[in-house]
Amino acid sequence: MQAATAEKVWQLLEDVYDPEIPVLSVVDLGVVRDVQVQGEEVCVTITPTYSGCPAMGVISTEIRLKLLAEGFANVEIDTQLRPAWTSDWLSEAGKQKLEEYGIAPPVEPTGNVNQLFGKDVTVRCPRCKSENTKLVSQFGSTSCKALYQCNDCLEPFDYFKCLK
Amino acid sequence: MMDHHTQPAHVLHELQFKTPLQEYSPEVRQLVFDYTLQLADTSLILSHRLAEWCGHGPILEQDMAMTNISLDLLGEARNLYQYAAELEGKGHTEDDLAYLRDAVAYKNPLLVEQPNGNFGDTVLRQFIFDTFHYFFLKELQNSTDHRLAAIAEKSLKEASYHIKWSSEWVIRLGDGTEESKKRMEAAIDELWTYSGELFEATPTEKALQELDIIPDYTSIKAEWDKHVAQVLQEATLALPQDQWMQSGGKYGRHSEHLGYILSDLQYLQRTYPGQKW
Repeated sequence: MQAATAEKVWQLLEDVYDPEIPVLSVVDLGVVRDVQVQGEEVCVTITPTYSGCPAMGVISTEIRLKLLAEGFANVEIDTQLRPAWTSDWLSEAGKQKLEEYGIAPPVEPTGNVNQLFGKDVTVRCPRCKSENTKLVSQFGSTSCKALYQCNDCLEPFDYFKCLK
Repeated sequence: MMDHHTQPAHVLHELQFKTPLQEYSPEVRQLVFDYTLQLADTSLILSHRLAEWCGHGPILEQDMAMTNISLDLLGEARNLYQYAAELEGKGHTEDDLAYLRDAVAYKNPLLVEQPNGNFGDTVLRQFIFDTFHYFFLKELQNSTDHRLAAIAEKSLKEASYHIKWSSEWVIRLGDGTEESKKRMEAAIDELWTYSGELFEATPTEKALQELDIIPDYTSIKAEWDKHVAQVLQEATLALPQDQWMQSGGKYGRHSEHLGYILSDLQYLQRTYPGQKW
């Protein structure tokens, strides 16, 4: 194969998707932290979104398979915990894809996030765009999501939690 | 480094940490190993208890909340067991440490192995633990041990959701109906006696505190006291007075409950050694 560059690897990783939110690539999700290329060897550093995220094993395998299929002879995946992942690393394109897919993207908190029973964010309904929505549960179908419901169109929906 | 191409597919799921281990003398390394295991055991056992609620929660959303918290704790336990296995350097994996040690080798405090009881009991156990865990991780992320600090930084973000969840439920149930209040009072009577052990420093912990590798528990206890008092007051529940506290888990002296947990948790590996998904 031709001498690959890190830039090319980043491009290839745009085609590796999160198994649980299949509209987001691992690059959109911000879990790829670094790419180092030396000839036919490549080392990709990834970081988990949540400590127990079961998708990490699959993501790691899929990155490896993708790069092996593209001709790299040796693919190393390094897991890094620090700095810890934050939803700020989600790309702008990723946020837009999430909303189109029906998952409200993370919103910057305006209130005190530690405030009990506090309403720290206004989450927009991805279906009818109403801001009149309510939190149903801080914990949803995956670690990274909370469950909301729209008070106007009544649609329940996932919210990709803000994690800082 | 192993050559991954020749490995069967399931091995690919094991995540690799490349960061080199810190230089420790054999004695300090042993202390850090013992302590890391104690933290891992604590998160694993509580995670297992919460997972027992799966499919049995009072309502679907709270069933999911408890299993989500369980998953976060399991992830933390895995990070810790992986580190412990590296520190030990005997070729053991995280699975060996979780699945092949007997109850006396487990060093979790007694609180986390207490039975789920009713939803109020689980909420109160979680509240006692989450409040400790949150303020503890805040300090541990400044540890001079880079790996413990990184694990703490990661888990702290998750723990901030946990403490909010359990605090809100203590208030809802305490300041709820006559029945829910009665149950929360009973839960406090039952579980308060296990709160002291969280702040009790074993010789291993004292030695690590002197080496500045782990935080002193005095300031964490003060934060815990403050938060617990605030929440109980809002929940219209009486704050228990100082009393005798249970102890022993951190030394491997457990209640009868741990054996039952392990017989469930370790069943597959004990019966079919080396099985993998």
